[in-house]
Amino acid sequence: MTTHSSSALPSTTIEPTQGLAALGLKDVWAYRELLYFLVWRDVKVRYKQTVLGVLWVVLQPLVSMIIFTVLFGILLQVDSGTVPYPIFAFAGLLPWNYFSQALNRSSTSVVQSSHLITKIYFPRLVIPISAVLSSLVDSAIAFIALIVLMIGYGIVPTAGLLLLPALILLAMATALGFGLWLAALNVHYRDVGYLLPFLIQIWMYVTPVVYGSNLVPERFRFLLSLNPMTGVVEGFRWALLGTAAVQDYLSAPLLGISMAISLLALVTGAFFFRSTERTFADIV
Amino acid sequence: MIMNDIAIRIENLGKLYQIGARKKRHDTMRDALVASFRRNGTPKEDKVIWALKDVSFDVKRGEVVGIIGSNGAGKSTLLKILSHITEPTSGRALINGRVSSLLEVGTGFHAELTGRENIFLNGAIMGMKKKEIERQFDEIVAFSGVGKFIDTPVKHYSSGMSVRLGFSVAAYLEPEVLLVDEVLAVGDLAFQRKCLGRMGDVARSGRTVLFVSHTMSAVRKLCTRGVLLDEGRVTATGSIDETVNAYIARTACGFDSFVKLPAPSRESIAMGISLQFMSAERDPQASFHLDQAWYIRLDFEVFGPVEHFIASVGLRNFDMVPILTFWSEPADLGPGRYTIDFRVDVPLSSTDITFVVGLSSYERPLYYVSDLGHVRISDVASGEQPLRAKGGGLLLGRQEGKIMRTTASRNTPGSVQP
Repeated sequence: MTTHSSSALPSTTIEPTQGLAALGLKDVWAYRELLYFLVWRDVKVRYKQTVLGVLWVVLQPLVSMIIFTVLFGILLQVDSGTVPYPIFAFAGLLPWNYFSQALNRSSTSVVQSSHLITKIYFPRLVIPISAVLSSLVDSAIAFIALIVLMIGYGIVPTAGLLLLPALILLAMATALGFGLWLAALNVHYRDVGYLLPFLIQIWMYVTPVVYGSNLVPERFRFLLSLNPMTGVVEGFRWALLGTAAVQDYLSAPLLGISMAISLLALVTGAFFFRSTERTFADIV
Repeated sequence: MIMNDIAIRIENLGKLYQIGARKKRHDTMRDALVASFRRNGTPKEDKVIWALKDVSFDVKRGEVVGIIGSNGAGKSTLLKILSHITEPTSGRALINGRVSSLLEVGTGFHAELTGRENIFLNGAIMGMKKKEIERQFDEIVAFSGVGKFIDTPVKHYSSGMSVRLGFSVAAYLEPEVLLVDEVLAVGDLAFQRKCLGRMGDVARSGRTVLFVSHTMSAVRKLCTRGVLLDEGRVTATGSIDETVNAYIARTACGFDSFVKLPAPSRESIAMGISLQFMSAERDPQASFHLDQAWYIRLDFEVFGPVEHFIASVGLRNFDMVPILTFWSEPADLGPGRYTIDFRVDVPLSSTDITFVVGLSSYERPLYYVSDLGHVRISDVASGEQPLRAKGGGLLLGRQEGKIMRTTASRNTPGSVQP
């Protein structure tokens, strides 16, 4: 579709399209209010009819933290450097949980919105973007729990705190990039739904969430840095807890590569999504 | 191109669907891999269907056009293409002005949200700005009649209430071009009338409306022009009365006494096979004289044991007014094919009838199809237009009464007094 506003009325041409579609970000911008309402709906509905409500947001990483502390901190004696293991784990789990939720929700978002897609037009990109944004709200609440923990352990954040927004953006871009690919593929192949839990689980173990990058032999660290989430998770610990991860264990060029990978996923994902969305309503 | 007075221009629009595409919705990658190795080239002709083919027509600004046609004629596909939900396979369409489409009321309603919250969500989904919704909020609530339940979650609403709320939001859309699917048949009769009135206001306010409907009375009332679709092609255009008459004549053509029932849209334990219409002598026939009793034979299949099973056939006229419904006795059935005859022995007036078939177990629907078949009741018992007994209602109130003189009148009007 091409819309061009001439003097008075906008006019629309509808015809078959082929090949690579334009991103249509202007369209997404025009529908920003819908984006807002979809995020708002997700957040509002998520913990309806639960007794603990929004407490689950805090409980989930807290319970994981306890499990990992017992398993890795106490039983396996994983080296967490200068900070106690529980807070080391929590600071890693926070960005990781955000990423896994955002990836999971965006990958299934299009199929779950089939009732909208078959009934009304709006820029389809709004759907996975709203999934990535709405997961952010949960993490913001869990972040409060982390602050409480940090006060409890008497840890003062470093000036690296200022880089936190950039790290969050990187996590969002990574989740959205892979989420766009998987969401579009999921419309055609429901295998994605079965694959996703394994993908997320494996991804978690190749990301230094429950262990630090320092545990990985130096010659393999470049492999670790190909994973965009390594930079995010280690960056979070470095910014909040002052662990020496980023400078000591990962070199700047390698971080650059991981950022390039998530950017590549985002751009190709967006084009792939846009180019397949023309058949969504027929297939979903 | 200068097209100042043209709101919609449709040129050779076509839409191709692969048959069975719906069944393949849970495609797996394995299937795709296998298919890619087979490389049979282009899909075979019999595996594709043109839901629309070479459809061309113009709609002038301010015109209200009714799109009519039987099930599967391509009406909804056309609306989906114009709404930009799905892409055409060929041809193109030009639309001048902001477009809103209403293929369903209450799209995106969430049961956990309140009526108020859903108005905003639904409005945003339909492309309304938050400010627009806020400005018209009170009117929307007033129109819906939901009143004090506006802050109650929609899951506690009756289905009628949520449908009314959904229509009310849509009623306040302000596009230049409005595309509407069969959505007026919602709510109770009073609300339907209100919807129709509102649609009439929209039509009179100079907006361009494309209106898909099965309800001929609504189409006649609202529209000025009609487009008749049949198997994806335009078979008639013109004034709404001409088009509606062409439609009724066309569906009556041949008066098919055998109607194959479509497969169910989802997996079900029971499905209809066919409807047959027969005279009292059991001759296949699909047009009957007013005085004639006739039979409807329903064949269906049950795939597993079902309890409290009821088969039903409903009769409607082409204004979608239900005339009567026949129900079988409840029965416990095992797998197999079954048949049941319903005897129609009601004094129907001259009318055209279409059918609804429902199969259920414990009142739970197993299979439901509507707008199928066409039987004509007339006093000429052929395909021609009925001559008499029209417009007096659904039933014929025939009496053996004769006119009797009670007293002789002394003055007849106009007569001259001697």
